[in-house]
Amino acid sequence: MSAANSIEIQSLSKSYLLGAKERSRQLREQLVRLLRGPFRARPERETIWALRDISFAVPEGQVVGIIGRNGAGKSTLLKILSRITHPTSGSIRVRGRVASLLEVGTGFHEELTGRENIYLNGSILGMRRRDIERHFDAIVEFSGLSQFIDTPIKRFSSGMRLRLGFAVAAHLEPDILIVDEVLAVGDAGFQKKCISAMEGLRSGGRTVLFVSHNMAAVENLCSRALWIDSGQLRMDGNAKDVIKGYLGSYASDEQSGQQLQVEGRTGTGEVRFTSVELLNPDGAASPIIQSGDGLVVRMHYRAERYVHHPSFTVRLFTSMGTLITEASTWLHGLTIPSIGPGEGYVELEIGALNLIPGRYGLTFSVNSSTEARVWDADVRVFLDVEPSAAYGTARALNSRFGIVYFPQRWKIPAREEESAPANDRQCGVR
Amino acid sequence: MRDASPAYRETPRVSVVSPMRSPALDDHVQSHGVLHELRTYRELLFFLAWRDVKVRYRQTLLGVLWAVIQPLFTMAVFTILFGRLANLPSDGVPRPIFYFSALLPWLYISNTVSSASMSLVSNSNLLTKIYFPRIMLPAAVALSGLLDFLVGSVLLVGFFVYYSIPLGWGLLLWPALVIQMTVLALAIGMFLAALNVQYRDVKYAVPFAIQLWLFVTPVIYPTSMVPERFQRLLALNPAGGLIEAFRHALVPSAPMRWDLLGISAITTVLGFFAALVFFKKTERAFADII
Repeated sequence: MSAANSIEIQSLSKSYLLGAKERSRQLREQLVRLLRGPFRARPERETIWALRDISFAVPEGQVVGIIGRNGAGKSTLLKILSRITHPTSGSIRVRGRVASLLEVGTGFHEELTGRENIYLNGSILGMRRRDIERHFDAIVEFSGLSQFIDTPIKRFSSGMRLRLGFAVAAHLEPDILIVDEVLAVGDAGFQKKCISAMEGLRSGGRTVLFVSHNMAAVENLCSRALWIDSGQLRMDGNAKDVIKGYLGSYASDEQSGQQLQVEGRTGTGEVRFTSVELLNPDGAASPIIQSGDGLVVRMHYRAERYVHHPSFTVRLFTSMGTLITEASTWLHGLTIPSIGPGEGYVELEIGALNLIPGRYGLTFSVNSSTEARVWDADVRVFLDVEPSAAYGTARALNSRFGIVYFPQRWKIPAREEESAPANDRQCGVR
Repeated sequence: MRDASPAYRETPRVSVVSPMRSPALDDHVQSHGVLHELRTYRELLFFLAWRDVKVRYRQTLLGVLWAVIQPLFTMAVFTILFGRLANLPSDGVPRPIFYFSALLPWLYISNTVSSASMSLVSNSNLLTKIYFPRIMLPAAVALSGLLDFLVGSVLLVGFFVYYSIPLGWGLLLWPALVIQMTVLALAIGMFLAALNVQYRDVKYAVPFAIQLWLFVTPVIYPTSMVPERFQRLLALNPAGGLIEAFRHALVPSAPMRWDLLGISAITTVLGFFAALVFFKKTERAFADII
């Protein structure tokens, strides 16, 4: 094992027997089989490979994101690394003290108070009693639950439990931290704390393996990402590239803008949109559209006859149907003398698509700019905007934060007495 | 996906290497001897036992009094039923003491065995989310039960004062007997706990088996009541010689039966190691099949 590596994994595989649980649990079944004779062949069971031939090494201090679809084997990998379950074949070498956080608040007991659960949970996560005592006040403060600390947690809301559990976890001091999707839960405030704590870990030089579906967080926190697909390591490399590849695999399933929806289309039909392409600024087909990227919308049409002074309009809607903005050649002061007959296209280029990630709708229409004639209208495509780190924030931007994100800069005048707040990182104040 | 490729059939190797940077890293040293793990995770053991104790009497009116009520009322029933009505002999020991001194270890063993056998399954959320030596769960049950045993023992001292029986030298044997009792309960408890992960039949079998076990253990009768040639056979029951010794250590009304205690001690130790091997062998798959 190389001295600089925290984790080395060699051709790791894990298989499960399908139906094995149900079959062997009943003692009676086993006895019946024994009576029938030991020579009878056991029923053939189907093997499912949760992980297959995975190899990688993680240098000390690297923060690695693990991405992949649900059921791809990410959690199984973390469970094997945490020694919860054993691999079917392959080898793992881990150097250093491992703490794994597959769930927030593992081992919390309903009947115990917040205080008691801090001790219990800390100890289950591998903290020493004296470490828990040393950090106790900081944990309570971090959780923001000091007034409830002597209340049994069965009276806690799920959000309070989460905060308490995360407060304990944030004070772990392992060499290697293994974190499953914990950022997906909780409200915006909680997620903010999580990210801040993860940022603190990164700067603390710890080795972190971190499963998440929050691509912005992975891109920001991790220098490297692993993409696990159907139990195999599909891609390993720079976080940005791996995320692109991963999101691209989704896009090929159901690509934004691929399907022009024409039900309910109106207009007289002299001009019809035939298809719409969503391209990146250099004109290549873009499998995914990330927040903050440039976008080119290419509208193909067929004109049945020669028409004068057409105007093309693109309107952007939220998934709730609110009009966000309208762009049209007429509004832009552009005059198109005529088009057709035959096929052609027009392009709309958007400099930066500053949309909060989510699903949007684009509708297209073409009409005469000189007469009240609408040739085609109400044809739609949907537009999936994926998260990105374009804004330099690891916060998961989502619909809670509105619809658009303006590129922005903040200025906070420095105050002498606050020049070096000790709990800066924990509070996430920057 | 179906596969039988031989490349995947090799034995897995999992090794965890730790540099000598900090003593805390001992947790992941290559050899995971049971004793070594018990030592590094002893704080967790105490925390789990502490949790069991804390939770046991939480939101109860009588609290820790329950630790006394169970043996006390059982003793009262036994004294009336088996002592007065059935007139079973008690080796000349006052009947309350005769029953109570045997009930304390018996209730410890039966309570520990039944809750330890459930300890893995009822903590399945822990087993599937975090690593720690799995043996901690039944071990914590065995440890926390000692508190009830201790509270009961204090009451027993009260009986001695009431009947003004002097406490003899046999009392020195008491700590050794407590250790044997704990080991015995843990052995059976962890074996059943591991079995329960695989076969939930254990849940139904245990209460019933404990009932039957009581009848082959000298709790409601003295061993002297059993024909001489069967006495040693009875001591093969690891609880048999042990409970008889508990009584003799307190009230030396009859000579100490070292042979019976010896037989029980041997079966206890053998049983403990057999249970340990079984537990360690099945432990790897707990998280997958629970």
